[in-house]
Amino acid sequence: MSRTAERANASTEETTTLDPRLSAAIALGKATAGLSRFLRQGGGTTMPGRVARWVEPRLLERLSGRLQGGSVVIAGTNGKTTTAHLLAHIMQVLGHRPVHNRAGANLAAGIASALVEHADIRGRPQGDLGIFEVDEATVPRVMPSLMPRVAVFTNLFRDQLDRYGEIDYIAGLWRSAGTVLTRDVIYVANADDPLVFDAVRGLPGRLVTFGVEDERHALPALEHTAEARYCYRCGTPYEYAVTYFGHMGQYRCPTCGVRRPAPDLVARNLMFAGPDGSEMTLATAGDGGVRVRTVLPGLYNVYNILAATAAALQLGASLPRAGEALATFAPAFGRAERVSIEGRELQMLLVKNPAGFNEVLRTILATGPLPTVLIAINDQIADGRDVSWLWDVDVEMLAGHVGHVIVTGLRAEDMAVRLRYAGISQEAIEVEHAYDRALRRALDRTAGGRLFVLPTYTAMLALRSVLERWGAVRGFWE
Amino acid sequence: MSPTLRICHLYPDLLNLYGDRGNIMVLTNRARWRGIEVTVTEAPLGQRIAPDGADLFFIGGGEDRQQRIAAGDLAAMKRRPLEEAVEDGAVVLAVCGGYQLVGRYYRPAEGDDLPGIGLLDLWTEHPGPRARRLIGNLVIQPDGEAPPLVGFENHGGRTRLGPGARPLGRVISGFGNNGEDGWEGAVSKRVYGTYLHGPLLPKNPAFADRLIREALARRYPGFELPRLPDMLEEQARAAILARIGGTPR
Repeated sequence: MSRTAERANASTEETTTLDPRLSAAIALGKATAGLSRFLRQGGGTTMPGRVARWVEPRLLERLSGRLQGGSVVIAGTNGKTTTAHLLAHIMQVLGHRPVHNRAGANLAAGIASALVEHADIRGRPQGDLGIFEVDEATVPRVMPSLMPRVAVFTNLFRDQLDRYGEIDYIAGLWRSAGTVLTRDVIYVANADDPLVFDAVRGLPGRLVTFGVEDERHALPALEHTAEARYCYRCGTPYEYAVTYFGHMGQYRCPTCGVRRPAPDLVARNLMFAGPDGSEMTLATAGDGGVRVRTVLPGLYNVYNILAATAAALQLGASLPRAGEALATFAPAFGRAERVSIEGRELQMLLVKNPAGFNEVLRTILATGPLPTVLIAINDQIADGRDVSWLWDVDVEMLAGHVGHVIVTGLRAEDMAVRLRYAGISQEAIEVEHAYDRALRRALDRTAGGRLFVLPTYTAMLALRSVLERWGAVRGFWE
Repeated sequence: MSPTLRICHLYPDLLNLYGDRGNIMVLTNRARWRGIEVTVTEAPLGQRIAPDGADLFFIGGGEDRQQRIAAGDLAAMKRRPLEEAVEDGAVVLAVCGGYQLVGRYYRPAEGDDLPGIGLLDLWTEHPGPRARRLIGNLVIQPDGEAPPLVGFENHGGRTRLGPGARPLGRVISGFGNNGEDGWEGAVSKRVYGTYLHGPLLPKNPAFADRLIREALARRYPGFELPRLPDMLEEQARAAILARIGGTPR
C-alpha cells in the first residue's frame, strides 16, 4: 500500500470515532487563539498549540497524520518563511488547501497552533497538505511526529550563536533527524551550500537538489561571511570555482573529493531589477526551462524560489504551472513587503544574520544612492541576544551611498557605532529609540521616494504594529 | 615622522566567530583618525610570522573544529615568534577561542586536549557536551581607574588562572572565566586574554586606545594619543550598563 493510501485509510478510521482528548485539545487551543486575539497578545500563533499539546501530547502526529497529502517541512537559516509561503502559494494555485504556520511561528507549538486552527472539533483537517517551516534546532524534535513526505533544507549560516551554539551542531541535528525518517522521504537540498549538502548526503531517502548557474552574478571572491571555508570531512580548504553569496557556490574539496552535486533544478539567466523583483529561467534535466518573473528581489530570493519550486515538483506540480503560480506571489510580511503610506512607499526587508544583511544591502543599493535608511536592531531571544554579528556585515557598502541613517531598537546604539566605523559620519547617524518616532522621522526624510526599513525579527513585529496602528497594514496573522 | 601601528591578524578566515574582525576595524580606524599610519597583515594557516613584523597581534574565536585546526599550526608556526615579540614588548589580544589557545591547554567537550602556546599561565576545560554554555551580556571591572569593560560571552570551556597571570577584571555581571571564582580574562606583560566579545573593542574605546598606546610604545615610547569624540560609543556603553544595572564611568 502506498504511503498516501495508508494515510487516507488511517484518517477515515480515526475520524469515524470521536476522541474526547483530541477534541478537548483542539477546543482549548481554539479558545486560546480567540482569547489571545481578543486581548491583542500577538496573533495567537504559539499559545494555542502549547495549550493543545498540554492536553494531547501526541497532537502533532495525530493531526498531521490525517493530512491526505502528507507534510512538508522547511528548515534552514535564511528564507524559511518566504520559501514556505512560496510553496503554499504554488500548491494553492494548483488546487490544494495547505495547512501552514504562515505567521512564521516555527517551534513545535507554532506548528501545533496551525494544525489546531485548521482542524474541526472532531480533528478533521480543513486542508490536505501540511507546509511547515521549522526552526533549525527544532527539526529533530518534530521530524518523528510529522514524518514529512518532503524535507526542504535551504541553507546554514551562523545565526543566533547564543541560542544554538555552533553551526556544526545544527548540521549534526539535521543528520540525526534524517535517520529517523523512512526511505520514502524526499530531501530537497541546496546544492550550492556545502554545509547543507554535507548534512543530508547519505541519509536514507531520495535526495533532490537545486542550485544557481549564472556566473555573471558571481562575487569576485569568497565573502567574509562565508562559513564553509574548510571541508567538513577532512579540514582542507574548499576550492570555489564560483561564489554567489556567503558560502553558496560551486565548491570542491581537493583532498577528499566532495563537490557540489549537479542540481536537479537550476536557475539561469538571472535578471535583477533592484528591490523591485527579478526574472530567471528555471530548468530541470527533463524540461527546457520556464521563464519566471517575481516581485521578490535579490539573489537570496532566487534560492527561496528554487527551494519552493523543487519541493512543488516533488508534490506533483509541473514546472510550467509552478512558474505561472510564482508570478502571482506576494511576499510574506516583512520580507520585501511593500506598504503605501502617505504617498510614499515603504519596503521592509528583514535582516537576521550577516549573509542576509549583505544581500539586502546589495539589493537596496542596486538602483543608486538613498536619502534615508531606517535600521532597527533588537536583541531579544528571537533576534539573537548577541549583536556581534553586526560587525560581520559589510556595512561599509552604505558609506557614500546613503545620506542619513536612522537607527532604532534595543540595540540602536550598537548599530550606530557599527555605522561610525563603516565610514559614516556621526552627524549622519540618528538614534531614536521609539519605533513610532523613528518611522515618523524616516518617512519625513523620504519625500516621494521609497523608504527601506531593515529590522531584525522582533523589531519588524514592533514596527509593523506601529504601521498597523496607523492603518497602513493589517495584522500579521491575517 | 608619524608613527606606524603594525597589526597582525592571526587566522582571520578561521577564527572569526563573533564579529571578531570588528576589533581590527576599531584599532585601525582609531589610529588613522589620529593620523597614525596602520598596516594590517594576515597570518593564516601555514604562514610563518616574524617577531618584529607587528606590534599588536590579534587572535579571535572559533568553534571547536576550527580551534583544533588552528591549535596545531599555532604551536608549530607561531609560538616562538610570538614569545619573542611579547618579550620585546609587543601586545597580544586574544579573545574567546583564541584566549583558550594562548593558555597552556584546552580540553574540549570531546576529543583530545588541544595544546596551547602558554603565553598566559592558564588552562581551560570543557565540562562536557551536556554542560551549560556560559552565555550572556558580560560586564567586568578592571583594576585601578579604568572604566568597566562591556561585551557578550558565549563559551563552554571553563578557564582557571595559574600564578603567572592576573585576571583582567572582576565580574560585575555575567560569568567570566568559569562562572565560579568571579574573575574574567587574564593579563601578563602586554598579553591580554578575555571572553569578552561583542566584539570587545567597539564599545570599549578606552581599552582600544590603551592597546594602541602600548603597541606604539614598543617603537615610539612616550607617544601620546589625542582624545576622540566618542559620543556614540559612550551612548552604547551607557545603554548596556543601564540594562545590566551597572553605572557608566
